[in-house]
Amino acid sequence: MTDTLISILFSGTAFATVLYLVSVGLSITMGLLGIANLAHGAFAMAGGYIAFTLVNRLGVNFFVALAIAAAIVALISVILERLIYAPVYNAGELEQVLLSIGLIFVSIAVAQFAFGPLPLAVNVPSSLQGQIQLGWRSFPAYRVFLIGFGAVVFVALWFAIERTGLGARIRAAVDNRAMAEGVGINTRTLFTVVFAIGSALAAVGGALGSEVVALTPFYPLEYLVYFLIVVAVGGLGTVGGPALAALLLGFGDSACKILVPGFGAFFIYVVVFLVLLLRPNGLFGRA
Amino acid sequence: MIKVSRREALATLTAVGVSAGFSKVSYASGKVVKVGISLAMSGPVAALGESIWRGVSLYQKLHQDSLPNGLKVEVIQRDDGGNSDDIKRIAQELVVRDGVQILGGVALSPQAFALAPLVTRAKIPLVIMNASTARITRESPYIVRTSTTLWQTSFTLGEWAAANGHKKVYTLVADYAAGLDAEAAFTKGFTGKGGQIVGSVRAPVTTTDYLPYMQNIKNSGADTVFMFVNAGRINAATTAFAGAGLKQAGLGLIGPGDVAMDDDIANMGNNVVGMVTAGIYFTKNPVKANSEFLEAWKKEYGANALPNFLSAAGWDGMTAIYDLVRSTGGNFTADQAMQFLSNWKDPESPRGPIAIDPQTRDIVQTVYINRVEMIDGKPTNVNLSKVENVKDPWKQLNPPK
Repeated sequence: MTDTLISILFSGTAFATVLYLVSVGLSITMGLLGIANLAHGAFAMAGGYIAFTLVNRLGVNFFVALAIAAAIVALISVILERLIYAPVYNAGELEQVLLSIGLIFVSIAVAQFAFGPLPLAVNVPSSLQGQIQLGWRSFPAYRVFLIGFGAVVFVALWFAIERTGLGARIRAAVDNRAMAEGVGINTRTLFTVVFAIGSALAAVGGALGSEVVALTPFYPLEYLVYFLIVVAVGGLGTVGGPALAALLLGFGDSACKILVPGFGAFFIYVVVFLVLLLRPNGLFGRA
Repeated sequence: MIKVSRREALATLTAVGVSAGFSKVSYASGKVVKVGISLAMSGPVAALGESIWRGVSLYQKLHQDSLPNGLKVEVIQRDDGGNSDDIKRIAQELVVRDGVQILGGVALSPQAFALAPLVTRAKIPLVIMNASTARITRESPYIVRTSTTLWQTSFTLGEWAAANGHKKVYTLVADYAAGLDAEAAFTKGFTGKGGQIVGSVRAPVTTTDYLPYMQNIKNSGADTVFMFVNAGRINAATTAFAGAGLKQAGLGLIGPGDVAMDDDIANMGNNVVGMVTAGIYFTKNPVKANSEFLEAWKKEYGANALPNFLSAAGWDGMTAIYDLVRSTGGNFTADQAMQFLSNWKDPESPRGPIAIDPQTRDIVQTVYINRVEMIDGKPTNVNLSKVENVKDPWKQLNPPK
């Protein structure tokens, strides 16, 4: 029984880490910029495909490839933000949704053209393959690394948002943009910086998570529901909310798969339904 | 004197050239047989459609000038996105507007069921190049299948597993029609030969993380896992299998050939090595027709490109259509075409000898039991044994009433 419980917690946390890495950027940009960027998953997919090309085709070191993928995607996202997203910041939500859905389709077509329709995964370095012994039980090594990485990102983000000057400016802009601009914060630059960071995190999530969530051209659309659930349940513009939501989703998902497999597909929707019924702004959301 | 400008002279010459070209074409092409191929070329199952289409178009490219007396086969391809409503509309347009005499393709089984009443009414032969639900060929007398049925591979694997030291099997399949088909077929074959199913789980098609399922498999005391997950999930599932320590513990991992296509597993790591599957095509098949097929494939699609069983089904479907056109000179009614296709056989297909069973209009072929090995750094299927002349077991177990 304890073994089963540990399995639930462990595999739930690993899955949650991937969801968290991809979704936290979406949560922050949606909270800060007030824009419904449904194409966020496309940045995760781009990161995954770039890392795949570097590692599997060119033989670049896994961790170097992660950094390069994050940097390239951040750069692309800044260009897109300036050219495509900026004009719709003040438009209605419908325009934003249509624009980002359009971007999803463009990214699907580009990915299919460049990499073909077959699912791909980034090769994991051999040091992270197989199992490692932790205490009395062995765990899949890569998942342990994934969880550790997610924890580091979470702490770093939390520190950056809660304890640094940049974080204070971001929080100010999320809470009250007009007031933040009034006291001299350049929200325009801030937006771009946040957008780039969010996209870079998604890229890392896409590349790291390809073992768990395979790269296919349909990635941005197929997993969109998961990303949106994490954001909606966690609440917009926070670091802790998406983490808790991702964990909830991960635990619930793996608990159902282990204990009541037939119920697995429904579980997350029931939970989302209940959470949003009780707290329409998400667990950490501000009204 | 009439002055002719250079431009006029050029125009005249071009016109002469063009009309000469046209008359030559219309003179030579005695008859054109139009074939409509509807496939999922976009959407979530585009990988299926693309694999089939590559087989079809490669055959077409290599053989379009092979017919006598200027006889031609014209292939009209349409993208149905894997959608059942769209394929009906597209088939209607192909028949009514484009005047095709034969339909082909069809990636998914629900699409085949949607098309069946239409081809019956329109009397258009339909050559199925994937859709692998066993019952499909019973849905219309105008359907013939060149691909496979999941029963053919999974049932055969079940009998093989029971005879080869696998005693307790846990089945993990995707929760959709094909997954349930594979589960039922394997269970029937395996238990029929004395094997025991110690547990089964159906994972939703949206599943991305399979690690949680492995815990129950671990607890069940199974010595082997039968796996059939939907496309795109194979890497995640095999990684979870290895990650949970099941591979290390010596459990067997088996499944229908769908989960170990050579082009697919080449992108995967060590985790797929050791998997045993029952399939109808593998790239290392030593028959001569396959080495020629592989060579043509690499020439057309690149040195690293590999065909899979879907490509072979598309290629063989086109072989059947060309054989029909060749033997009839392009003049045939739907019933004559069905008569020919139902008795068609190709002793030299890239997958070995194949034939259509005239009773069921379904394919009879060799099922290969393969094991994934690492060859030149790439996971590749290597043959262990084969079962020849396999008919669809479902039809034999469920005779028509």
